[in-house]
Amino acid sequence: MGYERQKDFGTPEVKSAEMVTLTIDGRDVTVPAGTSVMRAAAEIGGDIPKLCATDNVKAFGSCRLCLVEIEGARGTPASCTTPVAPGMKVQTQTPRLAKLRKGVMELYISDHPLDCLTCSANNDCELQDQAANVGLRDVRYGYSGANHLGLPTDTSNPYFDFDASKCIVCSRCVRACAEVQGTFALTVDGRGFASMISAGQTVDDFLSSECVSCGACVQACPTATLQEKSVKEIGKPERAVVTTCAYCGVGCSFRAEMRGEQLVRMVPWKDGKANHGHSCVKGRFAWGYANHADRITKPMIREQIDQPWREVSWEEAIGFAAAKITRIKAEHGPRALGGITSSRCTNEETFLVQKLIRAGFGANNVDTCARVCHSPTGYGLSQTFGTSAGTQDFDSVEDADVIMVIGANPTDGHPVFASRMKKRLREGAKLIVVDPRRIDLVKSPHVEAAHHLPLQPGTNVAVLTAMAHVIVTEGLVNEAFVRERCDWDEFQDWARFVADEKHSPEFLEAVTRVPAADLRAAARLYATGGNGAIYYGLGVTEHSQGSSTVMAIANLAMATGNIGRRGVGVNPLRGQNNVQGACDMGSFPHELSGYRHISNAEARKLFEDDWGVTLDPEPGLRIPNMLDAAIDGSFKAIYIQGEDILQSDPDTHHVAAGLAAMECVIVHDLFLNETANYAHVFLPGSTFLEKDGTFTNAERRIQPVRKVMEPANGYEDWQVTQLLANAIGCGWNYTHASQILAEIARLTPTFAGVAWERVTSGEPLQWPVNEKAPKGSPIMHVDGFVRGKGKFVVTEYVPTDERTGPRFPLLLTTGRILSQYNVGAQTRRTANSVWHQEDVLEIHPTDAENRGLKTGDFARLASRAGETTLRVLVTDRVAPGVVYTTFHHPATQANVVTTDNSDWATNCPEYKVTAVQVTPSNGPSEWQEEYADLTAMARRIEAMEPAE
Amino acid sequence: MDDTKLIRMANQIATNLAAKGEAVAVAETAEHIGKFWDPRMKAAIFADDLTRLTPIARAAIEKLKAQVSAA
Repeated sequence: MGYERQKDFGTPEVKSAEMVTLTIDGRDVTVPAGTSVMRAAAEIGGDIPKLCATDNVKAFGSCRLCLVEIEGARGTPASCTTPVAPGMKVQTQTPRLAKLRKGVMELYISDHPLDCLTCSANNDCELQDQAANVGLRDVRYGYSGANHLGLPTDTSNPYFDFDASKCIVCSRCVRACAEVQGTFALTVDGRGFASMISAGQTVDDFLSSECVSCGACVQACPTATLQEKSVKEIGKPERAVVTTCAYCGVGCSFRAEMRGEQLVRMVPWKDGKANHGHSCVKGRFAWGYANHADRITKPMIREQIDQPWREVSWEEAIGFAAAKITRIKAEHGPRALGGITSSRCTNEETFLVQKLIRAGFGANNVDTCARVCHSPTGYGLSQTFGTSAGTQDFDSVEDADVIMVIGANPTDGHPVFASRMKKRLREGAKLIVVDPRRIDLVKSPHVEAAHHLPLQPGTNVAVLTAMAHVIVTEGLVNEAFVRERCDWDEFQDWARFVADEKHSPEFLEAVTRVPAADLRAAARLYATGGNGAIYYGLGVTEHSQGSSTVMAIANLAMATGNIGRRGVGVNPLRGQNNVQGACDMGSFPHELSGYRHISNAEARKLFEDDWGVTLDPEPGLRIPNMLDAAIDGSFKAIYIQGEDILQSDPDTHHVAAGLAAMECVIVHDLFLNETANYAHVFLPGSTFLEKDGTFTNAERRIQPVRKVMEPANGYEDWQVTQLLANAIGCGWNYTHASQILAEIARLTPTFAGVAWERVTSGEPLQWPVNEKAPKGSPIMHVDGFVRGKGKFVVTEYVPTDERTGPRFPLLLTTGRILSQYNVGAQTRRTANSVWHQEDVLEIHPTDAENRGLKTGDFARLASRAGETTLRVLVTDRVAPGVVYTTFHHPATQANVVTTDNSDWATNCPEYKVTAVQVTPSNGPSEWQEEYADLTAMARRIEAMEPAE
Repeated sequence: MDDTKLIRMANQIATNLAAKGEAVAVAETAEHIGKFWDPRMKAAIFADDLTRLTPIARAAIEKLKAQVSAA
């Protein structure tokens, strides 16, 4: 398809049951009451000239270009601010209007550079279009008067420029920043002729301001004032392909706008159901890693990890890997082999990797990164509701009255959804934040939490059980819902349990450190404030009681009847782009796709018949168990696709020991990541721009991933897996990802109705999609729980084994920030590093003073597992006794410090609670020095011999 | 396999299920380990003398061991 700008209806869509019919230019149109005349005209293909109006922000009525004539009305009202009325008769093109519009455009152009031919927005500029539309041929005023043409360009942002000389002060950028993003970083400074767009304070430029580089302002700009640097460098795109972002679990839809095979820019797609045309700095701009010089595009092998890598052909690399797999299987049996699927790869690719492990290797030793993030979500929601996924779509937040955010930091981790959440909060919904840190949501422009419960890390279950105590003992249970939808006997057992005085907020205050009165008030608000929606993240799951916390959340939602309709629900904010999909695809060692246990003979037979193999009926090893077994000597080889366990998994020393003990480590990735330091085979991967397939986001939405350029390594990732499979005798012959999706649909009841054609047509599909729900399931458990009756589970608070003491008196909790993504393999290779060049340790002023530390000082961070050094940031964002850092940079490796403690049910690591000591330091830790040497050695690539 | 770690895992499961009452906790601990542990992990804990286990965890392992032996 050629390049076309996305259609702009001028003003936002209005939802109303009341419909209004009017006549525009002699044509009848029926629209919801409250719709603007401008939008109504656009609905029937009209094109009223406009500059200050765009359909993702409210009408402003400032440019005076969209004037219309309305029969019986005085003057020429602005169509953007005039709502439709029954029987209204509108004229959009008359000689009077043409004259007025021409006059307006003349004024705009009199103070605008006339450099269209050399302008980066030439032929993609609304100002240029409107000048042409109104037939402007000259400007009577001349160009010599006072003007803004000499204003400098702000080039401080790494991704876009602000050229004030081209600005028409339409305020679209200001309103997009406020209404869409919710950051309020931009303003119109000055009055009248002196009006200028300003980022932050007078002394600020875009980079130093509060701007979060979401790109909403750039998208809203009708001129070249706010323009991507990539467009300036490469030129105007010539085609666009709709695809899905490969960063977080929100799953934003983007148009990959291309020039030949070169990506010019990623622009959020307005029809995207998860993002509705919004984006964040990662998805919008941080795609430069795809062509980074560090990317490895040729396969490499070596016999020992202390040898340099040797670049070889695909045939040699695959043959080398297959020979090792085959030998180990013959000598040690199939259970000595395993693999890890990637939550960054497509559903089709993860499905194929688990198929390779189960059917090809012959073992169930397959796991995925959800082990270290949301495995407790799968377990907890499966136990209570019967489905291992969240209950709502993102749109549901529009109907929430009380939003409870537990252990999540959406403005950093899930920024596009956070913007929608903030919009709802600005509309009046109440907010409860349960988090040890004062995250941005607690207090930000026009958003303030009604209650922030700054709990002691590790006490989630105690806090939630205390909330349940309040709800039960104060008579706030929705008994009608519970009687109808849940197991009444189990509810009564649970109610008796939580009603015990030992679960009261007052009794538990010593443990949770949450003032009892605050906790009671928060519980009352959640139970009685209307639609109550819970959103949670890894601050819930990454604990020794992660699964218990998920079940405690589910208990609260059931007890208050906050399940089964819009505006409510239990919503895990999932981390990686396809972590939901990876779980759905059978990536866990105990279950096949669609969450059917491997011991289920009926389910197993379905796969055995389809694949022509016999499957092992016993569950396989989880990632930490694989590492234990490797050290023990019974696990010998692993195939890791798109996952860097050395940096992302806890207790780095243990991970390193496990990898080093294996005879064959195959890493399939874009870069020589940290895990590859221990690898014998490196298979180059492909980016999300180089493959076809599907991702499933946090709201169970199955969305297309489209190949917009050929893989730099020569193969899509599923093709590499197939090469390996066939080299060990599997005999697969897929020729397109759509064939794998068809197999998934054939074998997975919740995907039965999913087909490539449906996904790529833009049809919204949220699983389950099957006979019972042919159009998918935006909201789950509407008429009843998937498991039948909702199950209340007693969740006793069990303190973690990780305790502070004289040696390690502080508690470390870890997390993420906006500009970097997980282990940073992608974002560290983009200009996002301008915002975050290293991991820093947040420490409370009191704790810092006691240790003689100031912001910027190096500190030694030590636990019983290990130690590292990093710079300190002194801030009261963390409570006394708590420190916080991120794990985006391998030079820091925060996971050297985290321990092998894990969730009781799933072994999800306890990243959020590590007892540590912090002391001043003047140099790197012993581990950091040793690791730097190891990395230098492990990443050597043997020079290629010159061709004959 | 590292039997100290397996003992800790089994005790952790049992402790978290203990609030359901002993009989249910024993049954659910056994079921949980049966459903989620790899055969070599089960074999390793079956081979342990079980003295480091909590009473619920110990009963669960004995129950699971008997089930596996009978199968």
